[in-house]
Amino acid sequence: MRDEQLITLAHGAGGKASSALIQSVFVSAFGPHQDKSLQDAAVIDVQQHFGAGSRIAMTTDSYVVSPLFFPGGDIGTLAVCGTVNDLAVCGARPLCLSAAFILEEGLPIRELQRVVASMADTARRANVSIVTGDTKVVAKGQVDKVFITTTGLGVVPPGVQVRSDQAEAGDAVLVNGPIGDHGAAIMLARGDLGLSADVRSDCAALNPMIGDILSAVPACRVMRDATRGGVGAVLSEIAQASNVAIALDENALPVRLETQGICELLGLDPLFFANEGLVVVLVPQAQAEAVLSVMKNHPEGQSARQIGQVVEQGQPLLYINTSFGTKRMIELPYGIQLPRIC
Amino acid sequence: MFNRQAFRAPPAVKTLVDKIVPLARRVAEARQRPVQVMEVCGGHTHAIFHSGIDQLIGPDVEWVHGPGCPVCVLPAQAVDEAIALAQQPGAILATFGDVLRVPGRHGTLAQASAQGANVQVVYSPMDALTLAQQQPDKRVVFFAIGFDTTMPGIAFTIQAARQQGLTNIQFLCYHIRLIPTLIRLLEQDSVCIDGFIGPGHVSIVLGADAYQPIARRFGRPLVISGFEPVDLLNALLMLLQQLDEGRCEIENAYARVVNNAGNLAAKAAMAAVFDSTVCHWRGVGEVPESVNGLTPDYRAFDARSSLPRLHQGTDQEPAYCAEVLTGNRKPHQCPHFGHACQPETPMGPLMVSSEGACAAYHKYNVGKCKEPCHEG
Repeated sequence: MRDEQLITLAHGAGGKASSALIQSVFVSAFGPHQDKSLQDAAVIDVQQHFGAGSRIAMTTDSYVVSPLFFPGGDIGTLAVCGTVNDLAVCGARPLCLSAAFILEEGLPIRELQRVVASMADTARRANVSIVTGDTKVVAKGQVDKVFITTTGLGVVPPGVQVRSDQAEAGDAVLVNGPIGDHGAAIMLARGDLGLSADVRSDCAALNPMIGDILSAVPACRVMRDATRGGVGAVLSEIAQASNVAIALDENALPVRLETQGICELLGLDPLFFANEGLVVVLVPQAQAEAVLSVMKNHPEGQSARQIGQVVEQGQPLLYINTSFGTKRMIELPYGIQLPRIC
Repeated sequence: MFNRQAFRAPPAVKTLVDKIVPLARRVAEARQRPVQVMEVCGGHTHAIFHSGIDQLIGPDVEWVHGPGCPVCVLPAQAVDEAIALAQQPGAILATFGDVLRVPGRHGTLAQASAQGANVQVVYSPMDALTLAQQQPDKRVVFFAIGFDTTMPGIAFTIQAARQQGLTNIQFLCYHIRLIPTLIRLLEQDSVCIDGFIGPGHVSIVLGADAYQPIARRFGRPLVISGFEPVDLLNALLMLLQQLDEGRCEIENAYARVVNNAGNLAAKAAMAAVFDSTVCHWRGVGEVPESVNGLTPDYRAFDARSSLPRLHQGTDQEPAYCAEVLTGNRKPHQCPHFGHACQPETPMGPLMVSSEGACAAYHKYNVGKCKEPCHEG
C-alpha cells in the first residue's frame, strides 16, 4: 500500500504523465482500434452502417455515483450501460461511445483501472467500442473520486419508430425484470442506513435484448429506459406525452421482497427507485406475448411481465388498481424521496 | 414471525368491509350525518389512501385527519433556530430527512444547505452521535423532533453522549406529546369527532392506558391500530361497534406490539432527560408538556445554550391549515389547495411533510366533494 500509485495533478497537465496514464489505463483497456495514432477525434466509417432511411441517434450522460463500487456493478458499468440503453430504447443500434473522465487528485490508479476494466468489459459485451475520450484531473475535494461522461452514437434502422408520445388505448405495459433494485442497492451500499440485504443493482446493457424485440415486433410503440425517477416517472411522462390514462396492476408489479422491505421501512415507493437495466415497453396488447417471450430469451428478461395497460385516450393519468379493487393515483414526487421520521 | 401478507389478504379485507359497511350505515343514520372518525397518525392517513380504504367504506365514514405528524406541526421558529445553528462555523446540523423542506420564516434547511450550511440527513439519532465521535473538531447539533415515538431513542442518545463524555454534540429539542395534543384538540368547541383510531407507534411507548382521559373526560372512544389494511379495518369495526352499542372505551387492536403500560424503560429515560414546558405548535396552538429543553443533569447538551438571539415573530401560516388540522375542513376544501399551495410550493406544513394530510390528498388525488361537518 505504501507504494500505491495515486492520481496527481501532473496526470492532467498534458505532459509525459498524462500520456503515460492514457496509454497504461485507457488505450490498453479500450483498444485496439484500427487507427492506433491518438488523433484529436475518432473517425468512424459510416458507410457500413447506413442504408437508405437510416438515422443517427446521439445521447450523452454524466455519472457521479457514490460509492464507486456497489453490489451488481460500479460507475464504469453504469457509464457504459446507461448510455447504450438510452440509444437502444430510441430504436438505435449503438455503435460507439466517447468517455470523458474528471479525476480527483489522490485517487488510487488501481481504482481507476478497476473502473476502466469494467467499462471495457461491459462495452465488449454490449458490442460497442469506446473510441475517444478525455481526462482531466482536479484538486482534491473538487470532485468525488471519479466523474465520467459518456456520449453514444447509434444508428436507427429504416422503419423503426419508437417515441414517448405514441401510446394508445389498449397497449400493454411491459417490463423486463424486478423494479427498484438499483436504487435499493445504492442506498444500502452507502452504508448509512445500517441495514444489510442481498440486493444487487440490475445494471446491464439491454441493446441485444431490445434489438431482438424490435426485430421480432416492429410494432412496439414506446420504449423507455427507467433510470433515475424509476418506472413511475417514465410512465408518468408517457401518460403526459401521449395524453393517455395508464392503469397498473398492483399484484403484477415485480418487486423483490428485499427492495419492498427497504421501501416500507423508509416510507419510499419502489416505483420511483432508479433502475439501470430495466426497459418499459408499450406495445399493442395482441403482441405483448411475443415481446415477453423475446425478453425471456435474454438473461435480463427472465422475470419479464406485463404490469398494466393503457386504458383510455384523452386524459393523462397514472394509477394502480389495488388488490382490494380500489384505485390509487400515482403522483410524481417533486424532488428526491425523503425517508420519513417515524 | 409476523406474516405481513396475512394483514393484506384481499379475502380478509373483504370480510371486514362486508361487516363495516352496513354497521357504518346504521351508525350514520342514527346520527343523521356521516360518522366522523379521526385517524390521529399521518402514517394511518397514508395507509388509508394507499389501500383505498376510504373507497371501500364509502361516504358513511368521514375521515378527519389528525395532527399526528410532528413535521406538520413544527413551528417556523424551530426551523429558523435550526438554520441559525447550521450556519455557525464548524457546525453540523443533523436532521431527519423530511424536515428539510419545512418552511421557516426565512427559508428551509434545504435552502440553507444549498447556501453552504452543513446540514446532514441521518436516519437515527445515534448516527448524530457517530458523527460527533468521528469529527471531534466539529460541533454536531441534532434537530430532535417528533412525538413520543422518537423521544425515547433521542433520550437514550443524550444519555449515551453523557456516558461517553462527548462535548461536541447538542440537541435542539422540539417534541410535541400526543396525549396533551389530543386533549388540547378536544377542549376546542368546534371539534367534531365521534371517535379515534389511535396511533400505533406512539402507543408502543405510551401504552393503551395512557388514553383513558380521552374516553373518561371527553367521552370519545378510541381504538389503537396497526398500519396494515386489516389492522385499520379491524380497528374501524371495533370503533363502530362501540358507537353502535353506545360504549366509550379505549380498546387495543394492535396488541401484537402495544401493551397497557407502555415501554417503562423508554418512559424512564424520557423523564430523566427531557424538561416539559408549554410550546406553540403550528395549527394546534399552545400545548402543555411539550419538550423544548433538557433537565439540569443534561443541560450541557441543550443546543439552546449556543443559540443566537432570533427575532420572535408570529408564524405566517394560512388560516385554513389550523382548520384542516382540527378536522373542521378537508384539505381539498381549502381555496389554496392544488392552486397556490402544492408540494412544489407549499404554503403550509400539511403540504410540506409527506405525512401531512394535504400532501396525502394531493398525492392520492383525493377530491371527492364532501361537505364539512358543521356540528359544534
